[in-house]
Order: sequence, then structure tokens, then C-alpha cells
Amino acid sequence: MTSMRNTKSARIFAYTVRHLYLYKRSLPRLMEVFYWPVLDLVVWGFVSIYLSRQKGELPDFITFFLGALILWDILFRSQQGISVSFLEDVWSRNLLNIFVSPLSPAEYITSLLFLSIIKLILTSAVMVTLAWLLYSFNIFLLGFTLIPLVLNLIVMGWSIGIITTALIMRFGQEAEVLAWGIALLFQPVSAVFYPVGVLPGWVQTIALFVPASHVFEGMREVVVGRGGAPISNIIWAASLNCAYITAAILFFWWNFKVVKRKGLLAKVGE
Amino acid sequence: MGSVVEVRGLTKLFDGFRAVDDISFDILKGEILGFIGPNGAGKSTTLQMLLGLTTPTSGMIRIFGLDMDSKRQEILSRVNFSSSYISLPFSLTVWENLMVFARLYGVAGPKKRIEELLEIFEIGSLKDTPARRLSSGQITRVCLCKALLNAPEVLFLDEPTASLDPDIADKTRKLLKKIKDEQSISILYTSHNMKEMEEMSDRVIFIDKGRIIETGSPDEIKRKHGGADLEEVFLMLARPG
Repeated sequence: MTSMRNTKSARIFAYTVRHLYLYKRSLPRLMEVFYWPVLDLVVWGFVSIYLSRQKGELPDFITFFLGALILWDILFRSQQGISVSFLEDVWSRNLLNIFVSPLSPAEYITSLLFLSIIKLILTSAVMVTLAWLLYSFNIFLLGFTLIPLVLNLIVMGWSIGIITTALIMRFGQEAEVLAWGIALLFQPVSAVFYPVGVLPGWVQTIALFVPASHVFEGMREVVVGRGGAPISNIIWAASLNCAYITAAILFFWWNFKVVKRKGLLAKVGE
Repeated sequence: MGSVVEVRGLTKLFDGFRAVDDISFDILKGEILGFIGPNGAGKSTTLQMLLGLTTPTSGMIRIFGLDMDSKRQEILSRVNFSSSYISLPFSLTVWENLMVFARLYGVAGPKKRIEELLEIFEIGSLKDTPARRLSSGQITRVCLCKALLNAPEVLFLDEPTASLDPDIADKTRKLLKKIKDEQSISILYTSHNMKEMEEMSDRVIFIDKGRIIETGSPDEIKRKHGGADLEEVFLMLARPG
């Protein structure tokens, strides 16, 4: 009989590798990691250069805009790293194979988080390099503050990704559109390209509870060099993220039980 | 022969509809148990509950003496599943697919095991082929390799030969019987091909409207109902009166 070495880490590694194999061979999938971010950067990078030349009132325009663009993409890709990876198994009718294997739901989510980080590293490396080559923009000028800002965006993306995945499990492929669109729903209230102050009062109240809005406010504070690290923004964002990621995991866990009770897991995977 | 799977009073309700209605049965060590019934009889729901994909409304499932509800992960590492209705990631090669599952199941010496299974199912030449380029019959054979990777003690097969041509289907059935005899695997087998069920099953359970309405060896059932073959008995049971 074949002997077994069935450990948690081995299973998490196995499922992560399953997706990395995919990116090794599939050009369309590889394009998903690089194509849109690069296209965004090229188009909006040149737009911001043009605008900054038209009026000299906002000398940090490029820094504001490109910094925001790269950081927003981090949030967007971390969400997609989870929900699109889940969809890959739905599309290839492989989900049942995964859920009848010894991989537990917790290990499954952990693998998706790893995948999300790997995809993010690849996308960010290309965007940061391209921004430097095309526009002489160095995002690392934000200094060590960049680390907590980026971490907060990643965790917010994870929360959205986990909830999206749970909803697709529950409502089937009809809910697939959420994987592509749900993060964009948060863009207006995240104040990515403009300060929270320009939003109407009631929208500002909503923005207060969106971790990304604190991150982008913090980024702008660093760019204009107002008083060092934006500690209060970082603490706000981190506190909200702790609450949201906990809620997302609890929602996934509860939803998984509901999906099993309703017999939907087999249907979404067929 | 002891029971490796024990099912007692298993019931599943979906919004008041009784998909599975208080069924009890055992799967013995080393036997092939055929699960027969018309569409919508409750076969798939029962299979899903046995695999831990659907939670029963009431009743008990014990596999290897372990409770499915609390020991799901331990049980799933010792069983496996294949169905002609599921597939594998298209962009991955046969080898990559099997390697992923070998790791998921913690198979020691995965390369040797994969080589062995590819040889047994006569698809060694396809190991570097992406799954998308395989015919449905070839995919089915790769799925069967996947299902045998962890040398399962219990194998759940949902219409495993549905997409195979008669030659490969016959080879596959013989192979499954051989593996079952050599390794004493217990198999729960579903198919709408009654000839196949008669050939494969040591014992069959006939399920209709969520309830077990007949059980026994194919010969016993044929004798009892006076049918020439299992297909005739199926029609008698599915069209009472």
C-alpha cells in the first residue's frame, strides 16, 4: 500500500502549485496578471504627465496619481488572486476533486492567500519597474510607510475576495461577475485619486469605514511631506481590516456550512 | 467481511422535499456495491453525503468506524472519487494534474505511483499532454488514475465508464475488478448501464424516490422478480403496476 505523508503544509503547497502550473503554461492567464496593470499604468501615466504640464499648480500630480494607481492595483489583484483562483476550478469542473480531497476549507483559503501574494509580487514588480522606466517615478520614495499601507490594501483585498468566493459558492456561476466588479464598487469611496474631502458629507462617513480610504489619505500625506508617517491613517485602516478579515473568514465558514446543507457545493462544481 | 461503510437512517430534505428518505446500508470490505435507480431517485445526493459534500438532515454515516461529520478529513484521505461529470484543470498536463493530487493526498513516492497508474491505464504516452487536448475517454482514464493515487480503501465511482468507447470501457471494468480483488478495495458504483452493473456488482441497491426498494446480488434480484437481466428488473421496479 502507498504510504502517506499527509500534512497541512503539504496540502497547502499542493494546491498553490496547482495554480502556479496554470500560469506557467497559459498565456491568457499570464496576461491577466500583467496586461491590465501595465495598460493602466501606460495610459494613465501619460495622461498624468500631460495634465501636470498643463498647469504647474500641483507639482506632485504624477506622484499622487501613479502612486494611487499602483496601490489600487495591489488591492484589486489581492482580491482577484482569491476569487479568480476559485473560479479556475469551477471553470475546469475540478472543484469536486478538490473538496473531496483531504484539503480542509481553512487550508484551501490559506492556499488562495499564498497565491494572491505570489500574483501580487509579480504584478507589482512589473508595475513599479515600468513606472520607474517610463516616468522616473520611484514608489519607494514613500519610504517604510509603504509597507503598512500596502499590507492594509492586501488585507482589504483578501476580505473582499473571501466574501466574493463565498457568494459564488452560494449563488453559483451567476455570481461570477462579482469576482471582476466588486472591488471597483469600493473605488469611489476609497478616495483613490482624490482626497476624501471632495466627497459629499454622507459619502465621507461611508469612506471612514473603508480601510483603503485611510491608506490613500495616508499616501497623499506622505507625498506632500506633512509630518512623517500617517500613523492615525494606518491605525484606522489596520483596525478596520482586523474586523473585516475576521468577519470575512467567519462568513466563509458559515456560508460553507449553509452550502453543504443546501447541497450546493456539488452543483457549483459540476 | 466487515463493513467499511455504515449508513443508518440517512435522510436528506431540501425545502421539505425528501431527496433521501431514511436509508440504511453497509458496504463490505472488498465488495462492489452497485447503486441503481432512476434519475432523481436520490443516488447523487446519497453519494454527496458519503463524500462529505452535503450535510445529512438526519442519520449517521460511519466510514472505517469514523463519524463522517467529525472525522471528514481523516476519512477523505483514505477514500477517493471519480465521476464522468467532473474534469481536471485544462492547462495542466496529465503529469502535473496527477502530481498535484498526489501531493494533496500525501502520496509517498508520487512519481513512481503516477508512472504505475499511467501504465495500468495505458496512457503513459499522454503524460506531457495538457488536459485540454485529451478526449473525454482519456480524461476519464486520467480521473481514474487520480482516484487510485492514494490507494484508497473505499472508492466512489459515479458512472465511470459513461464517456468511454466499448473497448476501453470493457478494459476499465476488468481493470477495476482486478484492482478490487488484488487490493480488497470497497467500491460504490453507479451507472445507468444495467449490463455493466450486473457485470460489476457483487451486490446492488435499488433506490427510488429516496428509499431503498430492493437489495441483493444481481442473481438474487433477477430470480426474485423473474427478470432475464437487471435491465428488465429495473423497468419492472421503475414502472410498478
